[in-house]
Amino acid sequence: MALQLRPAWLGRLAEARRELKRHAAGERLARWVREVQGWLPAGLGPIARKEFADLITSWRMGILVALLTVTGIASLYVTGMAIRSAAGVLEDEGYIFLKIFTASDGRLPPFTAFVGFLAPLLGLALGFDAISGEQNRRTLSRLLAQPIHRDAVLVGKFVAGVGAVGAMLLALGMAVGGLGLILVGVPPTGDELLRLLAFILTTVLYVAFWLALAILLSVVFRHSATSALAGIGIWLFFAAFWDLLADLVVGAMIPDTGSLRHAQVRTWLGRLSPVTLYTEAVVTLLTPTVRVLGPILLEQAIGALKGTLPIGQSLLLILPHLTGMLAGTVVCFAASYVLFMRREIRA
Amino acid sequence: MAGEIIRTYDLTKRYGDLTAVDSLNLEIQPGEVFGLLGPNGAGKTTTILMLLGLTEPTAGRAEVCGLDPTREPLAVKRQVGYLPDNVGFYDELTGRQNLRYTAELNGLPREEAERRIEAALEQVGLTAVADRKVATYSRGMRQRLGLADVLLKQPRVAILDEPTLGLDPEAAQEFLVLIRRLSREGGMTVLLSSHLLNQVQAVCDRVGIFVAGRMIACGRIDELAAQVFAGEPLQVEVEVEPASEAVLSAIRQTPGVREAQPAAPGEGPAGRLRLLLDRDVRGEVVRRIVGAGGTVLHLQLRSHNLDEIYRRYFRGGDGDGAAAAAGVARPAG
Repeated sequence: MALQLRPAWLGRLAEARRELKRHAAGERLARWVREVQGWLPAGLGPIARKEFADLITSWRMGILVALLTVTGIASLYVTGMAIRSAAGVLEDEGYIFLKIFTASDGRLPPFTAFVGFLAPLLGLALGFDAISGEQNRRTLSRLLAQPIHRDAVLVGKFVAGVGAVGAMLLALGMAVGGLGLILVGVPPTGDELLRLLAFILTTVLYVAFWLALAILLSVVFRHSATSALAGIGIWLFFAAFWDLLADLVVGAMIPDTGSLRHAQVRTWLGRLSPVTLYTEAVVTLLTPTVRVLGPILLEQAIGALKGTLPIGQSLLLILPHLTGMLAGTVVCFAASYVLFMRREIRA
Repeated sequence: MAGEIIRTYDLTKRYGDLTAVDSLNLEIQPGEVFGLLGPNGAGKTTTILMLLGLTEPTAGRAEVCGLDPTREPLAVKRQVGYLPDNVGFYDELTGRQNLRYTAELNGLPREEAERRIEAALEQVGLTAVADRKVATYSRGMRQRLGLADVLLKQPRVAILDEPTLGLDPEAAQEFLVLIRRLSREGGMTVLLSSHLLNQVQAVCDRVGIFVAGRMIACGRIDELAAQVFAGEPLQVEVEVEPASEAVLSAIRQTPGVREAQPAAPGEGPAGRLRLLLDRDVRGEVVRRIVGAGGTVLHLQLRSHNLDEIYRRYFRGGDGDGAAAAAGVARPAG
C-alpha cells in the first residue's frame, strides 16, 4: 500500500519540526506585540476587545447592518436590472462594474447615496453613549480605578468602532459587488476593484469622523439622549441645511451669481461640511470620468478630450478631502481627550 | 513615621466657593480597618477620589503606598482596589465575565486570572451564580461582586465607598463582617466610608469623623467616647430582686451614685433601675444591694455607641455641622 511506504514516525517528525518553527514565529510575534504594547496606553487591548465584542453582538449594530443591507440590495437590484438592459450602450464608457454602485434609474437612489446617507448615522449610533453610557451604568469609576490610562478608554472605544464598521462595510461592499457580478455579468477590472476598495476605506474614514464626533458629544453631555440628539442635529444641519446656508451667505457676500468668484467661494464654503467632502470624494473615486472638482471655465474645458483618470490621479484629486475628514476626526478626538483626561469622575 | 500606608498632607479640594475637603491630615496604618464617617456631602467621596487620583487636589498632597496618586496614578491603582459608591457592572455580561474584564485590565495572565476569579468568587460566596448575567443580580449580590472585583487584584489597600448603602441591615452586617475577615486574613488595609455609624463601628479599628469637609475627630471608638463624654456620669442598668425600698435606699446611699431611677414603665421588669454614677462604683453598689437582702439579676454598663458620639459632635460643632446634618438626604454626588 502506497501509504505505508512512508513510515508514520517520519510524518510525526515533520509535524514536530513544523510545530517548532511555528512556535518560534509565535514567540517572535509575541515579543513584537509586547514591544508595541509598551508604547500604547495601558489597557487599550482589553478595552478595544471588549468594546468590539459588545458592538458586533449589539442590537444597535444589527439594526444598522440590516438597514444598510436591505437598502443596498434593493438599490443594487434596481440598478443591476437597468444596467443589464443597457449594457450594450454603456460598453464604450467602460467601468460598467462601478456603475452598479453609482448608477440609478430614478426609482431608487444608488448604493453610494444610501451609504453616504446612513454612514453618519452609523458613526453616531456606535459612539453617542461611549462615555456617558459608562457613567450612567456607573461602571466608569470602577473602570478608571483599574491601572489603565484614561485615553485607553477613548482610543479603545474608537478603535473598536472603526474596526467593527470597517469589517461590516468591507463585507457589505464585497457582498454587493458579488451580487452585482451575478446580476450584470461584467467582471470588474483591477482598477475598478482598487477604486471600490478606496471607496470603502473613504467611507470608513467618514464614519470614523462621525464616531469621533459622537464620542466627543458623549464626553460633553452626561445624558446619552442629549448626546444622541446633538449628534443627529449636527448631522441634519450638515446634510440638509449647510448647502442652503452656504447659498445664502455667498449670495450676501457676492451678489453676482454669474461670477467666478461667486462659484469659487460657494465651493469652498460647501467644503467646510464633511458631507460635501465625502460626496465629492466618492463621486471622484467611483466615476473615473470626473476630472475636476469645483468651478471650471469654459475656455479651460474647450479642447479637452473626453477621457478617464487613472486611480492614482483620482486619489490625488480627493487627497484634500480625505485630509479634511481626517483633520475633523483628529480635532474631535483631541477635544474629547482634553475634556476627559482631567475630568473628575464621580460615581 | 514611615509605616503609614495612606497619608495626606493638608489635602484640600475646593469647588469654586465650596471647600469639599479642608486641610485633611490623615494617617492610616497597614492592616488597619479605618472608617471615614460623616453625613453625605461631608467630603468623604472627594477624599477617596483624591486618594485614587480620580480627581486632583486643589492644595496639599496625598501619599498612598508611598506614591503620589496625582503623579503616578497607575502605580497607585495597581495596589489599590476601589469599590465605588453604588457600583455598576455590565449587565449583559455574567459576573465571571465582568471579573475577567477587570483581570484583563490589570494585565493578569489568563491562568492566574482564572484562579484568582475563582478564589474571589468563593470568598464572597457568589460561585453558584457566577455564570448568570449581572442583570439578574440583587443589590447585595452586586455589592459582593464589587468586593470580588476588588479582591481579584489582591490589593494592599481596599477603598470602599459606602459599601453598605442600599443593603438591608442583615446583609450589611454580613458584608462588613466579610470585609473585616478578609482584611484580617490577607493583611489588607481597608478604608471604608459610611454615614451609617452604628453599622460600621463594629468593624473599624479607628474612625475619622467628617463634618463639612473637616475631620473633627479621629481615633478608636472608645477613645472618642472617652473624649466626648469626659466629666459625664456613667450609665448603668441594673435589675434587682426584690425591688424593695430597703434595696433602693441602699443603692441611693452608695457614695458615687448620683441618681437611681426605675427604668421607664413598660421597659422590662419592675426591678430594673437606671443608675447614674460619678465614677465606677459598680462593685460597691452590688455589695450594698446584697447587704440589704437583695439579689442582682443583671448589671450592665451602657457603652457609648458611635451614633451618640456623632450626635454629640454635631451638637458641639458650629452651625456648619448642623447644616450638614440637615442635608443627610442630599445625594453624595
